[in-house]
Amino acid sequence: MSKTLLPLEVHDLTVSYNRKPVLYGIDLEIEEGGLIGIIGPNGAGKSTLIKTIMGIVPANGGWVKIFGQKGKNSYRRVGYVPQRESVDWDFPVSVLDVVLMGRYGHAGWLKRISKKDRIIAHECLEKVNMSLFADRQIGKLSGGQQQRVFLARALAQESDLYLMDEPFAGVDAVTENAIIELLRELKQKGKTLIIVHHDLSNAKEYFDQIILLNMRLIAYGDVDKTFNKDLLQKTYGGRLTVFTEIADQSAKNEHVEHESK
Amino acid sequence: MTEFFPPLDFSDTFWAPWATQKDFAWNAQIVGMGIMVSLSCGLIGSFIVARKLALMGDAISHGILPGLAIAFITTQSNALFPMFIGACGAGLLCSFCIEWLHKKTPLKMDAALGLTFTSFFALGVLLITQMGNNTHIDPECLLYGEIGFTPLAESIYWGSVEIGSRPLLSIGLVTLVIILTITVFYKQLMVTSFDQTLSVSLGLSVRTIHYGLMLVLAITIVASFESVGVILVIAMLIFPSTTASFFFTRMPAILLCSFPLSIFYSFGGFFLARWLDCSIAGSMVVVAMVCFGIAWLLGTENGILTNLFFRKRTILDHSN
Repeated sequence: MSKTLLPLEVHDLTVSYNRKPVLYGIDLEIEEGGLIGIIGPNGAGKSTLIKTIMGIVPANGGWVKIFGQKGKNSYRRVGYVPQRESVDWDFPVSVLDVVLMGRYGHAGWLKRISKKDRIIAHECLEKVNMSLFADRQIGKLSGGQQQRVFLARALAQESDLYLMDEPFAGVDAVTENAIIELLRELKQKGKTLIIVHHDLSNAKEYFDQIILLNMRLIAYGDVDKTFNKDLLQKTYGGRLTVFTEIADQSAKNEHVEHESK
Repeated sequence: MTEFFPPLDFSDTFWAPWATQKDFAWNAQIVGMGIMVSLSCGLIGSFIVARKLALMGDAISHGILPGLAIAFITTQSNALFPMFIGACGAGLLCSFCIEWLHKKTPLKMDAALGLTFTSFFALGVLLITQMGNNTHIDPECLLYGEIGFTPLAESIYWGSVEIGSRPLLSIGLVTLVIILTITVFYKQLMVTSFDQTLSVSLGLSVRTIHYGLMLVLAITIVASFESVGVILVIAMLIFPSTTASFFFTRMPAILLCSFPLSIFYSFGGFFLARWLDCSIAGSMVVVAMVCFGIAWLLGTENGILTNLFFRKRTILDHSN
């Protein structure tokens, strides 16, 4: 495959909100097929980074290429899972309606939703174990269920690159396991998944690669090379007191993992 | 109380308006106008309310005044077409200013809205007063209108065949355009209203859809206001969908509800106005208010009494 078909290429990306800089000169080249976590403290610009990649937040400088393309048309191969708070859950739609929205790109804008699209939407609901709730208004779901609806919608988009903003936020342990299983399954199919994550305790176990971010790109690479005390310290700055332990622990775990293999 | 409310003469209120052919033709035009205004506003309003822009109708309906004035000054006549273009242009400009203030300054949406439309309206009043008495634009008429005068408006002829009065025809055309727009662009409207980030990832231009919707809203308001007044327009943008939302939780059902509701509002308002001898537009809003009250009390979806007596336990499966 030629290099131009990288799922995501970010060059010298700079973003600011109301003249306050949020991201400086981010450079990334992400290879196809992997589960990649974006990790950093609050206010590090994690969400801003994926929103800028999606063109929702304008960049002040630099560029983004998705599968070698820039701009509006490039988003068609991307499935974006926003933070749960970003939509109005009182909106008059059912669970199935929301998942069907993921099919709009395939169905054609002026055509009616086909039977095939409906079948796919139902299958996606099945995968996240939400079939029973297909006809329910989305506001009458628990937080974890709402998150799963978003996931089902992303699945229905049948994208090649997924960007997810804290899909594990406010989700119980069982749902979290179900979601991570699903993400691994997508990775097996050669999809690229980039996930904003805030829980350091399981990051090592979940991701193949880690992007460490704190306004600047601190490090990007395989999890065993990036998820160490030094780099985490650098990412979290003085605030790492709590995390030193986790970093230590993960260093130990690494040892155990190697032994067991 | 009897002095305040005249006795209800059943036959005079309900039967007399339809007794002779002439009365029938006259009153059917009034009720028809009411139905079409409520329907077109109700349909477009369902999306406006769902997008949390309920007061955008308020803003645009006041914002069109300077457009009318400028169209009058430049053409020196109140011909239909320039007035229409002027009003739509001013309405769109008004919604553009609101968006700009909201996005590019720290101002919140409601503040931006209040600032913009009062400025536009004031500008319009100023322009009209400057023009003196040689104008037929009356800011008061813009606010209240009089639906009872619908049958008095000039008729439109195709060749020599009379096809109906102008306001009735234009609102009929607008209603058709709205039904067509919503059927054709249903998916775009839904997805941009619900989740802007998904719209972007589907390659949709949120801005284009927003201003398209604002244009249709402006056209609806322009076609309605001169005969029914701005207040009725604003009420009809908000009442049908909010009332329906106490019974239905999906957009298609809420949209369909606009049909029976607008028929009920118009007949109800017409009879109420005939009984009390008062403004028809005002009575329609009162009827809409009563309907809303009933829905709010008895609605199957979060109606106050329903919740009280049959507290529906929403089953949330936290286990999985």
